[in-house]
Amino acid sequence: MINIFAKFSSQLLVGLGWTVLSSIIALFFSLIIGTIFAIMEVLPSKVMRVIGHAYVEIMRNIPLLVITMFFYLVIPMYVVKINGFTAGTIGLTLYTSAFIAETIRSGIQSVSNGQMEGARSTGMTYWQAMRYIILPQAFKIVIPPLGNQFVNLVKNSSVLAFVAGFDLMYQANSIASTTFDTINSYLVVGVLYLIVTLPISYYMRHLEKKLG
Amino acid sequence: MQNWINAFSWLNVRFLLMGLWVTIYISVISVILSFIFGSILGIIRYSKIKYVSQVVGFVIDIIRNIPLLLIIFFTYFGLPNFGLRPETIPAAIIAMTVFESSMIAEIVRSGIQSVSVGQMEGARSTGMSFVQALWHVVLPQAYKNMVPAIISQFVSLIKDTSLATIIVVPEMMQHAQVIYGQNANYILPMFAALAVLYFVVCFTLSIIGNVIGKHLS
Repeated sequence: MINIFAKFSSQLLVGLGWTVLSSIIALFFSLIIGTIFAIMEVLPSKVMRVIGHAYVEIMRNIPLLVITMFFYLVIPMYVVKINGFTAGTIGLTLYTSAFIAETIRSGIQSVSNGQMEGARSTGMTYWQAMRYIILPQAFKIVIPPLGNQFVNLVKNSSVLAFVAGFDLMYQANSIASTTFDTINSYLVVGVLYLIVTLPISYYMRHLEKKLG
Repeated sequence: MQNWINAFSWLNVRFLLMGLWVTIYISVISVILSFIFGSILGIIRYSKIKYVSQVVGFVIDIIRNIPLLLIIFFTYFGLPNFGLRPETIPAAIIAMTVFESSMIAEIVRSGIQSVSVGQMEGARSTGMSFVQALWHVVLPQAYKNMVPAIISQFVSLIKDTSLATIIVVPEMMQHAQVIYGQNANYILPMFAALAVLYFVVCFTLSIIGNVIGKHLS
């Protein structure tokens, strides 16, 4: 295991870099998209609620691999050429945004109605109340589940291996097929994933205990 | 349009549905096994048996924090080094069970913890042993709370079986790839079919989960 790491350390670290980069980009955009759809789901307008809900349910109930392969194979055929990393990151973003939307929606709904009414009664518009009163409280509640979503994101980024995204999983396969030492190649990569995911998981568990 | 008609010839549709059958078969067997192992592991983790619970807890944490894809590779390409050479479908079932057992163990542990401490104390004070109290008083209440979480875990299991296509398990995603491998014009129709079929199966299950959840609470 140490041998494999010593021999392929630069390749593995590049893989780790792509994995983390893809996860961070996907987290950033899925937070934006997720927040937009979460707000749509709690708006007074029924049409908006239906659209928000439909997006979330569609993305949540289709495998990530199907979404990712769609962007890898179908989009280049009909729309625009994109590489594996981009296709994978777009797939990850859309898939994760649905879970983040659900998390944030439940956060918004757990903020008491009185907050919105109170804010409105001071003369704020709906959007001002949402922006300055409701969302800050909602985000505070949902930090631990969002952290867990990020852990899922890092794990899920392994689908990049299907689309030649040069991530950690892709490098693991390439090392395993050149050295034939499958056990140690996958063990090393497992440890590298854990170095990223385990501290976040434990910290989120600590936060959950502190908040709840 | 002709592409779509050709793509959905009876032969292809039947092939795709055979894949769906394998997807469901793997998911159902894995979820049953994971439910059993996950419950045992969750109870061990909850019981605070010296050393044992800590070790089990740590192993669960490790499995929960690595990608399922890695476990699939490890099962299929790693186990042969230990003299075990599972076929593709059993390998997928083993990998799914290992991963899902850890997920369900956490659900079981937090489900048990959500039952108030008074229930356990009350049961113990009537003279029940720890195991009796757990089995007759705490677990029935805990499982009632867990049903929605376990069903949503089942939905993610069904979606995750698509990853097994990488070790050429003949499930739905793999069969779709075989079909569009023959003709690039079938790619779009096949992805449409995959999206619809997975959605119908998973969404139906999610709705059932919500209904049961509301009914129980």
